[in-house]
Amino acid sequence: MPLKLLNNVFFQSIFLMSLLVVVGIFIPNWLVFVITKAIAYGLVGLGIITLMRGGLVSFGQGFVFGIGGYTAGLLGTQAGLTDAVLLLFISFIFTGFVGLIIAPLLARYRDIFFAMLSLAFSMVLYGILIKIDAIGGSDGFVLPESTYFGIKPSKEYADYILYVVSVIMTGIVSILLRYYYDSTPGLIALAVRENELRVEYLGSSAFNVTVLNFTIAAGLGGMGGALNGIALGHIDPEFTYWTTSGEFVFISILAGYLSVPAVFLAALLLELVRSFSGRYFPDTWQLILGVFLILSIIFIPSGIGSFFKQLFDKLKNK
Amino acid sequence: MSDKSNLLRAEGINKSFGAVIAAKDININIQKGERVSLIGSNGAGKTTFMNMVTGYLKPDTGNIFFKGENITPLNPRIITQKGISRSFQIPQIFEPMSAWENLLVALGTSKTNHSYFRNARSKENSDYIDEILSRFSLNEFAHRQVSELPGGVRKLLDIAMALVRKPDILLLDEPTSGVGAEEKYPLMDTIAKALSVENLTVIFVEHDMDIVQNYSERVIAFYQGEIIADGNCDNVLNDKNVQEFVTGKTQVKAK
Repeated sequence: MPLKLLNNVFFQSIFLMSLLVVVGIFIPNWLVFVITKAIAYGLVGLGIITLMRGGLVSFGQGFVFGIGGYTAGLLGTQAGLTDAVLLLFISFIFTGFVGLIIAPLLARYRDIFFAMLSLAFSMVLYGILIKIDAIGGSDGFVLPESTYFGIKPSKEYADYILYVVSVIMTGIVSILLRYYYDSTPGLIALAVRENELRVEYLGSSAFNVTVLNFTIAAGLGGMGGALNGIALGHIDPEFTYWTTSGEFVFISILAGYLSVPAVFLAALLLELVRSFSGRYFPDTWQLILGVFLILSIIFIPSGIGSFFKQLFDKLKNK
Repeated sequence: MSDKSNLLRAEGINKSFGAVIAAKDININIQKGERVSLIGSNGAGKTTFMNMVTGYLKPDTGNIFFKGENITPLNPRIITQKGISRSFQIPQIFEPMSAWENLLVALGTSKTNHSYFRNARSKENSDYIDEILSRFSLNEFAHRQVSELPGGVRKLLDIAMALVRKPDILLLDEPTSGVGAEEKYPLMDTIAKALSVENLTVIFVEHDMDIVQNYSERVIAFYQGEIIADGNCDNVLNDKNVQEFVTGKTQVKAK
């Protein structure tokens, strides 16, 4: 029975969420902040692995990351909406909607063409954002402090509360996504990755599955962008820059497409490497990141997720 | 014009690839429940015809009707949804998956909207897949990665995947090609047994005349894009033109 529970996605997620919420009480504030940022990046990575399951990689998820961040920021500054839960939810929906609009165009392309077209969207958005002075141009703008169901937490607890909210919301999203992966379109996405022609000859649409996956990836990217903006208290066009998109691809490659928790672990590793190299080895962070990426591609080509999968397969077979 | 007895009707089909004529004034009526084999040397137009029926290729002129509906302009996905499935000469299966998962994908693609987002591995789906596996004698290979499976088993799986949707017409492109001589009959026996459960119309491309004679009721012979004979096995296989251009003048014994 305990093994059965351990294999249940819902219980796994509840356990992990509870653990993270409790651990957050005992860890220093800087680490709480780092984990919150890792969750934000992990959400975008989760979107990319959703696409990867269908054989596609987006080099331009900065596009949806930026839209999500700016949506949360503008709702805060222009509409006075400061509730973090609401901002995350609205950013998810709005960016998903934007994704749905451009997905039919992107879904017509495969491989490097898909990757570069997605990158092109992020570059166009970056170019537009740095030119609009009304929203801060290249400097961006500051977000108002967040509230939670009408309550504004003291500065001392603000980071932890946001951390808890992000853990819970991400947990819910991850559960839903796991169920999506196990549903028919989730399964067909894996088939599209292998043999698109056969999928069509079985009566299903590779195009529709790609549109759906991109829409989900966009929503997740937008939610990640909003969370990152809220955590930093600031948003700028750098969110949409191609190097930011590259970091999301890095997370996805490191994680692989076999496991949802692996994406957040990969994002945390990225954030920790960034934080430590920034503090102890300034200006070498790209070097460290590059070496890290080379090693992970050579030694764990299927990503960290392959370890998780092996572990759970062993548990299943026991 | 709709005729219920004609499940599939091709009218005046012409298709060329540059100077090569792949189909010349093809007219075929296929009735419900028929077992039809298409014979002809390589390049005679058999697979081109099959590709046109399934929407992969479009005829230059002419139309194809399925249950009275013109399916000529439709794409393979829609045609499959309407009830025409096919298997391939080189099995088109999902290599990193197990045989069971391949069938699960095939089953998933046939789901209606209300069940689309349910867990694909539900008991109902599992039971149906197990039944298909039994029907094709694939149980022992169910959980093996298909890239490791022998040629004959891969062929069976390819056909089983096409059958999962419960089509009205199943087109098999050279089901015994690439399979050893001693494996051909057991393979065809398994296929015939599996297909006998459904009242299926089966059209298959085949080069082995013994297989043709044993497993089909009707034979259509192609030569250079034209139909040179169409009828029951004995008549077609003993046709002078067929013997000269297709079977190589071998007298075929009557069944």
